[in-house]
Amino acid sequence: MTREIAVVAFAQTDHRRTSDELSEVEMLMPVLHEVLDATGLKTSDIGFTCSGSSDYLAGRAFSFTLALDGVGAWPPISESHVEMDGAWALYEAWTKLLTGDTDTALVYAYGKSSPGSVRDVLTRQLDPYYVAPLWPDSVALAALQAQALIDEGYTDEPALAAVAARSRADAQANSHAQLRGSVPHGEYVVHPLRTGDCPPIGDGAAAVILAAGDRARELCERPAWIRGIDHRIEAHSLGVRELTDSPSTRLAAEKAGAFERPVDTAELHAPFSSQEVVLRKALRLGDDVRVNPSGGALAANPIMAAGLVRIGEAAARIHRGESDRALAHATSGPCLQQNLVAVLEGEPRHAQ
Amino acid sequence: MTTEVLKAPLVVEFPFTRSLGPVQSAFLTGLREQVVLGVRTTDGRTLVPPVEYDPVTADEIRDLVQVAPTGTVTTWAWNHAPRRGQPLDTPFAWVLVRLDGADTALLHALDAPGPDAVHTGMRVRIRWAAERSGAITDIACFEPDDSAIGGETGDHDGQFESMVTGIVAQARLDYTYSPGRAQTAYINALAERRIVGERCPSCRKVYVPPRGACPTCGVATAEQVEVGPGGTVTTFCIVNIKARNLDIEVPYVYAHIALDGADLALHGRIGGIPYDQVRMGLRVEPVWTEGGRYPDHYRPTGEPDADYETFKESL
Ligand SMILES: [Zn+2]
Repeated sequence: MTREIAVVAFAQTDHRRTSDELSEVEMLMPVLHEVLDATGLKTSDIGFTCSGSSDYLAGRAFSFTLALDGVGAWPPISESHVEMDGAWALYEAWTKLLTGDTDTALVYAYGKSSPGSVRDVLTRQLDPYYVAPLWPDSVALAALQAQALIDEGYTDEPALAAVAARSRADAQANSHAQLRGSVPHGEYVVHPLRTGDCPPIGDGAAAVILAAGDRARELCERPAWIRGIDHRIEAHSLGVRELTDSPSTRLAAEKAGAFERPVDTAELHAPFSSQEVVLRKALRLGDDVRVNPSGGALAANPIMAAGLVRIGEAAARIHRGESDRALAHATSGPCLQQNLVAVLEGEPRHAQ
Repeated sequence: MTTEVLKAPLVVEFPFTRSLGPVQSAFLTGLREQVVLGVRTTDGRTLVPPVEYDPVTADEIRDLVQVAPTGTVTTWAWNHAPRRGQPLDTPFAWVLVRLDGADTALLHALDAPGPDAVHTGMRVRIRWAAERSGAITDIACFEPDDSAIGGETGDHDGQFESMVTGIVAQARLDYTYSPGRAQTAYINALAERRIVGERCPSCRKVYVPPRGACPTCGVATAEQVEVGPGGTVTTFCIVNIKARNLDIEVPYVYAHIALDGADLALHGRIGGIPYDQVRMGLRVEPVWTEGGRYPDHYRPTGEPDADYETFKESL
């Protein structure tokens, strides 16, 4: 019998275009305290800590070690770091909890995109032999995918604009979001993607606490149980992939149990409007599923934290009783290269 | 109280030297010689650009085949504002091109007059760079072409004279670095010849330099505390190798120094005393040079050495 593990607390910063008055640890600390306060745990109570961030955003080697000051890393703690979105750190923490070594885990992620040019920075994750020397930026690669979708008749520019408008309208209710309400669709950044189809560039952090079994029930009134979680990857070369589909997302969702029963909510990490089209198709989401009620990555895309925010937002809806079964998705790499899917459930609510 | 945080340009620049395996070596050498090679998978597909392992089966693949320099655009995106390092400095289309004879597509740039001149399915051909070294940039870009599908392939086996075995990929990223609130306060105070730490509200330890958080308690530190200027050498090392661009004579001593009133030792160079007379417990003070924004080094104060018991916690 595997252990039941749940998200019991979630916090995120107000994501902003710049936060240069704050170092990473200064930006991160309030969200760490928020999740600890929500559960009543102290840093010394946490069994395992795992984080996600990227040195390339900061332009400094081992930059994550400075952020460790915020989690009370002395005396030594059980800790790990992934150079990926915090959703993957959550996956590692979930695995650790499954072993039974510990009952609680703190997962956090942060990214400040403001110090550099994130479009250029992200080229450094590409194939260094054939692709990176051409410096194709993140918007250009997403635009290639968007054009492929348009050519195949899966979407068109007005439909993409509608995705962006719906996201920013939903974000109106999300005080943490960076872009909210009516946002002009703007000029082409790289055709066929306009400003409005692209995520805002910003700084932000998020934190989640996971707990196992009865510990979760003690710490949270309605834990968001992780029923399944899986991540898969596409071929590295863009020219090998079917850009209009995401077989890795579909496989991850299948392995996470997403297709066993319908979900009512889906938090999709789709930084570009066109990527929501791909993900809806890959995940076979019907119109009855509430997609990105938070506004999604089009409203706030703190790199390295945006995927963890999707899991956190899905969990928070379960905590609040607004969802019973939610799907959360995180991505990493160009054109949805790597994809993680988690299925979260709240216990059935009985009539009061 | 708000003070303007410090900011400075930070350039990270590096020539990444990478070695090539047999397949990548053949492909990039081929580009130098204007020959495009793909690799055949066990199920008979031809991958261009070629890789050493089949992305579907993970089989090792080595069977090189020559494909045509002409091909078909499978998708595209118009880039009206080229960025540094990109193949063309005039507006161009990013394209994925399936070369004739290949089953997969190669990413590159297409030189075209405007987005109206580009469409999926259009025919293109390679424009070779005038000077080629065995790199993906040996393809200067693609250009429109009116030939029919089925461009001329060849039977080159991928063996060339003087194979390219490595590439040097230049990378440069520009940042504006800011150290944040706590370190800005520290650096600004140094310029005023003061050393300022921050006290943890929980354990009362004073951290210097402050980073805005207590690593023991995991809480924000905010209360500023002036420490020093005197301090005690807690441990040290003797540096015998001269660093580039550093005009300090070797050997010299680099030490951990527990400033009076601080609970964490910082490090600095010890001067004003022969290197072999530096010792644990030596009392030192910072020395600012004319116009210096931070202490150049620390020198002995002449006080008696500190008792081990007084600094052992800082070791
Ligand atoms: Zn403390």
